[in-house]
Amino acid sequence: MADSVLEIKDLVVEFDTTDGVVHAVDGVSYEVAPGETLGVVGESGSGKSVTVMSALGLIQMPPGRIVRGEVLYNGRNLIGLPIDELRKIRNKEIGMVFQDPMTSLNPVFTVGDQIAEAILEHNASATELEARKRTIGLLERVGVPNAERRFDQYPHEYSGGMRQRAMIAMAIANDPAVIIADEPTTALDVTIQAQVLDVLKDATRETHAALILITHDLGVVAELVDKVAVMYAGKVVERGSVEEIFHAPRHPYTLGLMMSLPRLSGEIKKLLPIAGNPPSLLNRPAGCSFHPRCRLYHGREICRTDVPELPGGTTAAACHFTSEMAAELEREAAEAGIAAEGGRIG
Amino acid sequence: MAEQNGNLLEVSDLKVHFPIKEGLFRRTVGHVYAVDGVSFQLAPGETLGLVGESGCGKSTTARAVMRLIEPTAGSIKFQGSEISGLSRSEMRPLRREMQIVFQDPYASLNPRMTVREIIGEPLKIHGVDGDSDEKVAELLRLVQLSPEHGNRFPHEFSGGQRQRIGVARALALDPELLLLDEPVSALDVSIQAQVINLLMEIQDRLGLAFLFIAHDLSVVRHISHRVGVMYLGKLAELGTREEVFTAPSHPYTQALLSAVPIPEPIGREQRERIVLTGDVPNPADPPSGCVFRTRCWKAQDICTEQPPALTEQFGHMVACHFAEPLTIKTAVGS
Repeated sequence: MADSVLEIKDLVVEFDTTDGVVHAVDGVSYEVAPGETLGVVGESGSGKSVTVMSALGLIQMPPGRIVRGEVLYNGRNLIGLPIDELRKIRNKEIGMVFQDPMTSLNPVFTVGDQIAEAILEHNASATELEARKRTIGLLERVGVPNAERRFDQYPHEYSGGMRQRAMIAMAIANDPAVIIADEPTTALDVTIQAQVLDVLKDATRETHAALILITHDLGVVAELVDKVAVMYAGKVVERGSVEEIFHAPRHPYTLGLMMSLPRLSGEIKKLLPIAGNPPSLLNRPAGCSFHPRCRLYHGREICRTDVPELPGGTTAAACHFTSEMAAELEREAAEAGIAAEGGRIG
Repeated sequence: MAEQNGNLLEVSDLKVHFPIKEGLFRRTVGHVYAVDGVSFQLAPGETLGLVGESGCGKSTTARAVMRLIEPTAGSIKFQGSEISGLSRSEMRPLRREMQIVFQDPYASLNPRMTVREIIGEPLKIHGVDGDSDEKVAELLRLVQLSPEHGNRFPHEFSGGQRQRIGVARALALDPELLLLDEPVSALDVSIQAQVINLLMEIQDRLGLAFLFIAHDLSVVRHISHRVGVMYLGKLAELGTREEVFTAPSHPYTQALLSAVPIPEPIGREQRERIVLTGDVPNPADPPSGCVFRTRCWKAQDICTEQPPALTEQFGHMVACHFAEPLTIKTAVGS
């Protein structure tokens, strides 16, 4: 396996609130190698965004606090780095695309100027004219028509899809080694989403950057990434290749997500929702955080008392009863009316 | 009330045009053609899903049907009688029969009222006699909450639970028709599945009709009996869920279905996607002829000249001069 370009190691992040301490990120580890795409999935409040935000020093401290852990960019720990050094790495070496392009672009500058600024800031030798030329090239690359004219327009003159393309252009402006995209298409309509995902896919491929895609949309993950980390209540509960996650999930939560998902093909006859609600991060259940909602729990004590470890390796699930998953998967698939065989769905 | 052809709801040529006003005297300088000639029927106990992208007019259509927005033209027959010209007081008894559940479970419940008051309010407004506490408890059980939850306030509940409260309130008056406007869009997938199952169970038990508005095509396929696809204020295609999803015949439906990201990694490189160029035109200045022609790969001269009518082609309703069924790979690539 190639050496990872970005590695998060046992990151723990807490927030102080008037109601107590929120354990937003609790020992998260994952890594990406150059050219590799990682999807981080999980529902609201699972800590998937906070993990990368705190890794890049983008959370407010206080109330936030990095309790422990490392964020290694090419072997160099970003945690505790002075802010101006961190800023140099962000945007130049790590490009970011956020959900809402309207709030991530400055409304009083033209789109072109904002992208050109990103280029100039990190290339002391570049002239303004060169930056303009490169920006127009970037806008063309992400499929903004009439890039020359679009350069001088303001964000409000762009549609949602065009703005998100501009954000991608900005993210790849300095040939980053890592692109982090946090719900990049959630605010977009489906036909526009398809266009933007293609642009993101091509941009990643051409720059040979590593991509971390954070999303709640399992469809988007299945279309785009090589490997997946599933998060629940501040922890990674399962990781594996995209094929393993979708066809042979080894954590009951991941399986629950698959069984909750209506399919365009209509192949799932009956949805099997996960019972209950996600836990409050102020007051998580003891033992495995998922046990109150888990179909494998069956009142067993160990689930209430011991936090299951996530073993190392590329394929792993943090569950005391992973060995029972193949049988559970076939049982649930039968109930949902989808095909399953030999511990695999579909 | 006489019911024509057994339909609960018959909408014909519905139009909602919003005036654009400008200047000191607020003169009308144009119109936004939000809904422009939409017709459909809904049978008792049936779910019609309306899908389309933002601004296509699906929510406006549903709200106009309930007279929450005044339609500009067209006919709306509910239980066989015309309701489009009725006054507010004449509408009032009918409001009991048609209720609405909104998208945002955080904004649609009054934070100062207890759940019991929220669910009991429609009973009070419509002067329903009897033990309202008992009725509220029954409704809470129906949406799988416990009657003790009645004393709490909305902020004590999660998004999914709030949406259940919204559903209970909508069911309080035993309606015949429930308008569900993106009821699960704000919910996480595991919670979304709970609410979808709940809605389907309630429909089975109570036999009510749903007008289900959503942009998530997979959800619409799962819950709907029939599906209407809207684009720029018009219906592009209307048919049973199998017809629309397995033999989409309007180019827009085909593009829409092919664009949905599928939770199936195998074969993703082979999946064919119809990529539409450009954006949806301005609904204040829709294209002449077919509204989809500016983004359509099949467009010919006739599409500029003549708006296609929604007519039966290949067994269901399609509004296209060059309609042709297409099988789109939505499942495993192999």
